[in-house]
Amino acid sequence: MTVDRELTMSRAVVEAIGTEMRENDEVFYMGEDVADYGGIFDSTQGLLEEFGYDRIMDVPISETAYLGAAVGAAQQGMRPIAELMFVDFFGVAMDQIYNQMAKNTYMSGGSVSVPMVLTTAVGGTYSDAAQHSQTLYGTFAHLPGMKVVVPSTAYDAKGLMHNAIRDDDPVVYMYHKRLMGLGWLPSPTGPKTPVPEAEYTIPFGRADVKREGADATVVTLGLHVHRALDAAATLAEEGIDCEVIDLRTLVPLDRETVIESVEKTGRLVVVDEDYRSFGLTGEIVSSVAEEALDALEAVERVAMPDVPIPYARELETEVMPAAADIEAAVRNVQ
Amino acid sequence: MYADMVTARYYEERLQEEYLEGKQPKFDISAGPIPGELHLAAGQEAAAVGVCHHLRDDDVVTAPHRPHHVAIAKGVDLNRMTAEIFGRETGLGRGKGGHMHLFDPDVNFACSGIIAQGCPPAAGAGLAAKKRNTDSVAVAYLGEGAVDQGGFLESLNFAAVHDLPVVFVVEDNDWAISMPQERVTDVEFASKRADGFEMAGVHVDRDDAVAVYEAAAEAVGRARDGNGPTVLSVQVHRRMGHFMGDPQSYRSDEDQEAAMDRDSIERMAAHLRDHGVDDEAMAEIREDAHARVDDAIAWAKDQPKPDAESAYEDVFTNPPSGVTDTEPEFDLAETGGEGE
Repeated sequence: MTVDRELTMSRAVVEAIGTEMRENDEVFYMGEDVADYGGIFDSTQGLLEEFGYDRIMDVPISETAYLGAAVGAAQQGMRPIAELMFVDFFGVAMDQIYNQMAKNTYMSGGSVSVPMVLTTAVGGTYSDAAQHSQTLYGTFAHLPGMKVVVPSTAYDAKGLMHNAIRDDDPVVYMYHKRLMGLGWLPSPTGPKTPVPEAEYTIPFGRADVKREGADATVVTLGLHVHRALDAAATLAEEGIDCEVIDLRTLVPLDRETVIESVEKTGRLVVVDEDYRSFGLTGEIVSSVAEEALDALEAVERVAMPDVPIPYARELETEVMPAAADIEAAVRNVQ
Repeated sequence: MYADMVTARYYEERLQEEYLEGKQPKFDISAGPIPGELHLAAGQEAAAVGVCHHLRDDDVVTAPHRPHHVAIAKGVDLNRMTAEIFGRETGLGRGKGGHMHLFDPDVNFACSGIIAQGCPPAAGAGLAAKKRNTDSVAVAYLGEGAVDQGGFLESLNFAAVHDLPVVFVVEDNDWAISMPQERVTDVEFASKRADGFEMAGVHVDRDDAVAVYEAAAEAVGRARDGNGPTVLSVQVHRRMGHFMGDPQSYRSDEDQEAAMDRDSIERMAAHLRDHGVDDEAMAEIREDAHARVDDAIAWAKDQPKPDAESAYEDVFTNPPSGVTDTEPEFDLAETGGEGE
């Protein structure tokens, strides 16, 4: 089926949420500035007009209260979607996220489920400094009990959101601000893709090979899928053929696709906008080392160094992994 | 107080101009000499000067993400604050903090971009003063949208139960981004929250710097005399959007116009006129303030951009071996800071 229309990632996300809300009265959305404003990052644009304040709920600036309320409503069988405006704000409500939302299923011996979606914006690239620019993939993927989703295109964003709302477990849905298609924060061209009008789901735990190649495996997610694809295009001119794997979900993590790719290429570069130490890059490298050490000829990590994200553009550019950094890493593993 | 008010207002106007450079005709938040978010405080000057004019350098202020007016009233080095906002090496945070994260230890000023999260550290500063038996006080500024946060409410209880010298100043500008106050709380004034903690609560229902000054005299005096904390809420107004680029489509024109009509600076000027200050003297104050701001902006823009390698410095005060860190290469005494 060919699809004529292209959507931005935010429109694709909103379309999935609207469809699920229409089909299921138990789905509702809570967050700061999600009603009249439509979400600071356009995550609920247009939904208030159709669903009203009862189902598109503006909340007080009280993350502990409303994220915890989402947990409580979910435990009653409703399907709340609760938005944490910036992932950096997680700290004011982390108990409700880490100790309640993520653990209640386990601690109840499986007798309680928490079918909620926690949406949150991640990412830098526009000089908003250390309290508004983090990605924190590793923070959320590290503690068991939450599924963690990171789309990089509008097509994936819609299918993953349908799946997230229907999932019986808590899902953390992390969207990169630079991919949403915001008027005031331009996106690269990649995330705007054809999106079918009909609903469809993308199952969790299946990475997508966004580019096939024979010489090196580049594993990444979110904004850096697009930077990796840019790097791959440049490297192709030099005769280096990269495979670019978009993980799409961190929990569950599709280690198999990564390992298969490394068995083909022998060379691994992992790219992450989150901090280098104790995070995603280490997880991917160790997974490959455990399962395919013989195939592994060289490894490089490209990640945010272990510093808080600086404000000045020169400093943020220095620490933020760029396409050129990915190119250099791929050349290093050849 | 009038001088600080007009300095703050003109500073915001000039920052707005600078911020929009490179962002027109199409607004791109990542473009221009001042990227990132910019939250302006035009309309809130009375709350800043009315309280801070009771404070000394050893008194502590924590400000939220909308900090410039409070910083100016507290005496933060204007040159180095501006250099920070422009992301320069000689800025207060060597270009690492930006406008929401300004730190000037010389006058005990700090900021946080996370709602209400300056309250616990202010209580901690009050605790330090009490333990050391000094008479310095701590002031936490927050917006009315922040009063539902645990960080604020827990700090009230902590400060009350330990009789800490803290004043919580709630700047009530009616809007928590797009949410009007009545949709987020049933409590009319933030000062009423104090009742639940058996502590003093005072509300100033107009953006009148003199009225704020008088109310703050009592609150700061209570803290300084060892008689415990106060919640002081002040009605101010938000002349701009929540941040630069906020289209404010949620806000009615009448509300916006009402905010523009209620000008605390005009009110202050009228007060001064009533007390015999002539227009010429006030014009002189304004001219001096404008010159000071223009000089700070010119100085800041002339400052060096940080060396990219400095991104790896300052993670720790005492860096573990193997972690890059060095002392700043410039001498702060020679940066042209005002040293006031």
